[in-house]
Amino acid sequence: MNEAFDIRGQSHIEVHKFRTGAIIIATLLALLIQASFPIHFAKTAVLDLPLLVTIYFGLSRRNPSTGLLLGMVIGLLQDSLNGPTVPLGLYGIAKTIIGYLASSIGARLDTEHPAARFALTAAFFAAHQGLIVLTRRILLSQPEPWFNMHLVGAALANALVAVFLFLLLDRLRKN
Amino acid sequence: MVAIPSRHKSLVLLLGVIVLQVLMLAVQIKRDSEGRLIRVWTVGAVSPFERAGSYGFGWIRDIWRHYFALQNTTKESEQIRRENDALKLQIAQLQGKAAEADRLAALLNFRQSQANVPMIGARVIGTGAGTASLTIQLDRGERDGIRKNMGVITPDGVVGKVVEAYPNASQVLLLTDKESGVGAMLADSRVQGPVGGQGEPLLVMKYVPNDDTVNLGDRVITSGMDRIFPRDLPVGTVAEIKSGNQFKQIRVKPAANLERLEEVLVLLSLRPLEMKNEGNTGEPPPAPGAPNPPRAAKR
Repeated sequence: MNEAFDIRGQSHIEVHKFRTGAIIIATLLALLIQASFPIHFAKTAVLDLPLLVTIYFGLSRRNPSTGLLLGMVIGLLQDSLNGPTVPLGLYGIAKTIIGYLASSIGARLDTEHPAARFALTAAFFAAHQGLIVLTRRILLSQPEPWFNMHLVGAALANALVAVFLFLLLDRLRKN
Repeated sequence: MVAIPSRHKSLVLLLGVIVLQVLMLAVQIKRDSEGRLIRVWTVGAVSPFERAGSYGFGWIRDIWRHYFALQNTTKESEQIRRENDALKLQIAQLQGKAAEADRLAALLNFRQSQANVPMIGARVIGTGAGTASLTIQLDRGERDGIRKNMGVITPDGVVGKVVEAYPNASQVLLLTDKESGVGAMLADSRVQGPVGGQGEPLLVMKYVPNDDTVNLGDRVITSGMDRIFPRDLPVGTVAEIKSGNQFKQIRVKPAANLERLEEVLVLLSLRPLEMKNEGNTGEPPPAPGAPNPPRAAKR
């Protein structure tokens, strides 16, 4: 297994590899479920499964280049599934940056503990939302609120789901 | 050539990828293009799975709802319980089919009552993959005569309009989306004002002067002014009224249950339509610049 040393050189952090096709299948499943579940369970619309997958593989692979490219692909696919009112690039830019940040943080911190995963996912969700609002306001001239209680609830819900989803995705790792 | 330190390579890649996407956004805004090719590929690849998932999930859900709801009532012996369970499974399947038949019958009745309006039934197979827009995906597309900007309704009321039609699927912008809107009026007072979404469950009716009388529970119907929906279709009921600077702030509860749509009707015309209850059988004039209506397909 590959190993990467953290920036301080004090402890080593594992770089996880995954079974063949695991990343592609997990990504496609996340997009498919994201586009299907809210029809049957309206409340699941608050979840952003493609974002959770971006965060998970970013934190696990710990390679910023891979993380940002995976984030870009997932984001652009999500844009294209959203209909023409969402321009290609809105989710793309946000998830590119989140993929990069997750990989960079994953290379410096041990992110295997459920509490760390919960906190990081909530923070990344907030950052992702902030990037979308920023893109909408600056590039698209579309006013959007920065903060409301619904977003706080959504961040916590996503973080909670992430804890269990990440445990499931851990099973896709190569031993 | 300047060498980039390896630890900065990912940062350079990040900047490059973001600049590329910002340029892509700028091109879409400048040329009003929507990256249709990429969308056609993505939707074409995903919609067959959504379709299969929608049918499979509906079947499982019907069994879950009816079978497990009934299971708690069984208190008899194990043998009888097993027999009961087997029968309940059968009942659950039949109830699921009956419920679907009821919904389809309602759609059919509505269609038959509006025989002069070309429309086609479609099943909802997906939603937008995110919270940035409120869209649904239908299992019918260009091959069934669906085109961009066609109206989508249920017998309960207005749902939204088609924003993209692909060969075998189409995307509908729900009335609750921020960019959505419909020409509307109050059914009793005939006061007109556009109704639009806010990204929330309730809609907003705009430009109703403070002087006009509006009551809670007043019915809001389509005015036909948007040239997409015929007049007198239910839009919703007034749920909140506040006085504003010049105009009232009116919130409207949608008539159609937009959070639980399973089957919808697409109005197969890009010309203004008249519903039967108008009593107007005359052919309406075509909208300026509107293309010829596609051939009506039947479900």
